[in-house]
Amino acid sequence: MSAEPEEIVRRKSGVGRRTMFIAVGAIAVVAIVLVYGAFAGWFSSSQPITLVGAGATFPDPLIRKWSSVYVSKTNGTVRVNYQALGSGAGISQITAKTVDFAGTDAPLNATERTNAPGLLHIPETIGAVTAAYNLPGIPSGLNLTGQILADIFLGTITNWDNASIAALNPGVSLPSTSISVVHRSDGSGTSFVWTSYLHLASTTWPTSLVGKNPNWPAGIGKQGNAGVAGYVRQTANTIGYVELAYTVQNSMTVAKVRNPAGNFILPTLNTTRDAAAGASPTLPASNASWTGVSILNAPGATSYPISSLTYLLVYQELNVLGPSMTKARAQALVDFVWWAVHEGQAYSEALVYVPLPDPVKNLNEQGLRNVTFNGQTLHT
Amino acid sequence: MHRFRFVRGRYRGFEPGALGDTLFQGLASLVALGVVALLGVIAAVLLVVASRSVGIFGVGFLGGATWDSVANVYGAAPFIYGTLVTSALALLFGVPISLGVAIFLSELAPAKIRIPLTYVVELLAAVPSVVYGLWGIYVLAPAMAASIEPAIQGVLGFLPIFQGATRGADKFAAGVILAIMIIPTISSVSREALRAVPQSQREAALSLGATRWETTRIAVLRYAWAGIFGAIILGLGRAVGETMAVTMMIGNSNTITLSLFDPGQTIASLIANNFGEGGPVDLQKSALIELGLVLMLMSLVINVFARLMVARVIRRGEGMG
Repeated sequence: MSAEPEEIVRRKSGVGRRTMFIAVGAIAVVAIVLVYGAFAGWFSSSQPITLVGAGATFPDPLIRKWSSVYVSKTNGTVRVNYQALGSGAGISQITAKTVDFAGTDAPLNATERTNAPGLLHIPETIGAVTAAYNLPGIPSGLNLTGQILADIFLGTITNWDNASIAALNPGVSLPSTSISVVHRSDGSGTSFVWTSYLHLASTTWPTSLVGKNPNWPAGIGKQGNAGVAGYVRQTANTIGYVELAYTVQNSMTVAKVRNPAGNFILPTLNTTRDAAAGASPTLPASNASWTGVSILNAPGATSYPISSLTYLLVYQELNVLGPSMTKARAQALVDFVWWAVHEGQAYSEALVYVPLPDPVKNLNEQGLRNVTFNGQTLHT
Repeated sequence: MHRFRFVRGRYRGFEPGALGDTLFQGLASLVALGVVALLGVIAAVLLVVASRSVGIFGVGFLGGATWDSVANVYGAAPFIYGTLVTSALALLFGVPISLGVAIFLSELAPAKIRIPLTYVVELLAAVPSVVYGLWGIYVLAPAMAASIEPAIQGVLGFLPIFQGATRGADKFAAGVILAIMIIPTISSVSREALRAVPQSQREAALSLGATRWETTRIAVLRYAWAGIFGAIILGLGRAVGETMAVTMMIGNSNTITLSLFDPGQTIASLIANNFGEGGPVDLQKSALIELGLVLMLMSLVINVFARLMVARVIRRGEGMG
């Protein structure tokens, strides 16, 4: 009796078990051969080199432009993949050597330098941090000072029609609504620049609140420059700090901030350029400490006070990045960064970033000339 | 040992004998032990990295209300509070709706509606959490800020939990989106529990003169209560660990406040925001991992509690049945 059902079942199934074993075995053999081949490099004859970077959202629009231009410039042989996760994440990843380069607006502090020795700071562009707001009916150009901004972000100034704001803006009918403050929720170089400025330009912002991710006393947090910009754009009565390129690309309203010369300056390409030029900073060498370097409150009648350099972090000796870094990739990395700080600067202005002034370019050239792989310098 | 079966002289295929049994048993045990070992390895590594923070903050970590990466002082209280509040809100809104959906689908819906509706509800469970977060940012948050929260504040604004500026990115909004996310989970598992109730129970109640609702309440729900409770716990587990949707809706503010219209922060959302930072030996990373262990502990406590409750309910139910 037990034989018949089995016979029926076997006939219905059609393919015999033996045939199935043979088929599975054949597929397995083919799969193993293909996998081995992939590892042995049979298919890698024309693989592009992909350089991986991570870090600040501040220069992200520009770096994305560079990566799309560079891939066509090199005919597809070198691709650049930059993840805008925030300066904190960028520094963390380059310290862990999981990326080839990092982006940050906040230069490394002493602890970070100790954790990641041998990193060069290469300023790749200059931008500005704006105070972007959303007040229905009020256009760009609200006059604000660092002191007022500090008090807004501390939560001590709570309403838009506060006396200090009204005093600076006669003729503007400010609503009596409460100010909705938005800051960054992730570790951000833009936050570092902003809080450094608030500390510099006010008497109330404490040092304990200066950093990439301070313990904000007021407001809600959003991720990335894009997150803050998006929230300010869609919600009324909000104020947040956003990098200049984002506010221009999204047609946002921004405030005029008073500079040390006493003038209220709108953040634009030209006023940021004036800040970069007027600051004439004595910048350190690429491989030295950049802690404390800033162009905030730059001198000059037309300088925008919240301007900032932003840096690419590259190891001086690239073999520390482990087996994933080869001579070809190291060469590609140095060539890309060299291109970015020279020909790449031509794309800056269209995206509202200031091209590097010549002294900074020279500094970067000296730094890049010292980048080596296994002791051999890479840029000729 | 039968390896190759021959019936009436003809080959009938390969049949594993005792050796096959042994191999299968060995393989299955290996895999099962492997899973346990993997969990053990994860827990061990996390404990090692968190030990630095545990050593510095001790038990006070659970009660500490400050999370300051500049001063290197960390405490878990705001995030435990935020997780509990948003999960409680999620259950408050989600459970009645899920139960309603489950009861409708199992008791009341005609077959033509039941099948497509069941399918759609289960599809909702498959929507990725980040998609919910995006919908939340672009649709729910503005709606909350513009109409829903002011309306609630208009009616119930005298209560301290409904005071404060309504910005649409707060614990209330996070609770609502969590509720939406756990509804498919709770309702589909509850529906299975309700379907498992034998038809005889319903017929018995109806024959005693019960109305539709009374039948559902007395015969069906009481019988399926253990399963429904399990479904609720599953939903709670998802709500407690939900990351992306919450981080987009909760406002990311590391504070403890009473009002539901104030921003807050949950454990999962904080970890998602800050995990990128910190070098290998950074205290913040250690504190974050300790916070992750706190979350694991919370989930464990919830699950153990649920199992105890379900066991008690089953025992009581067996007494009743």
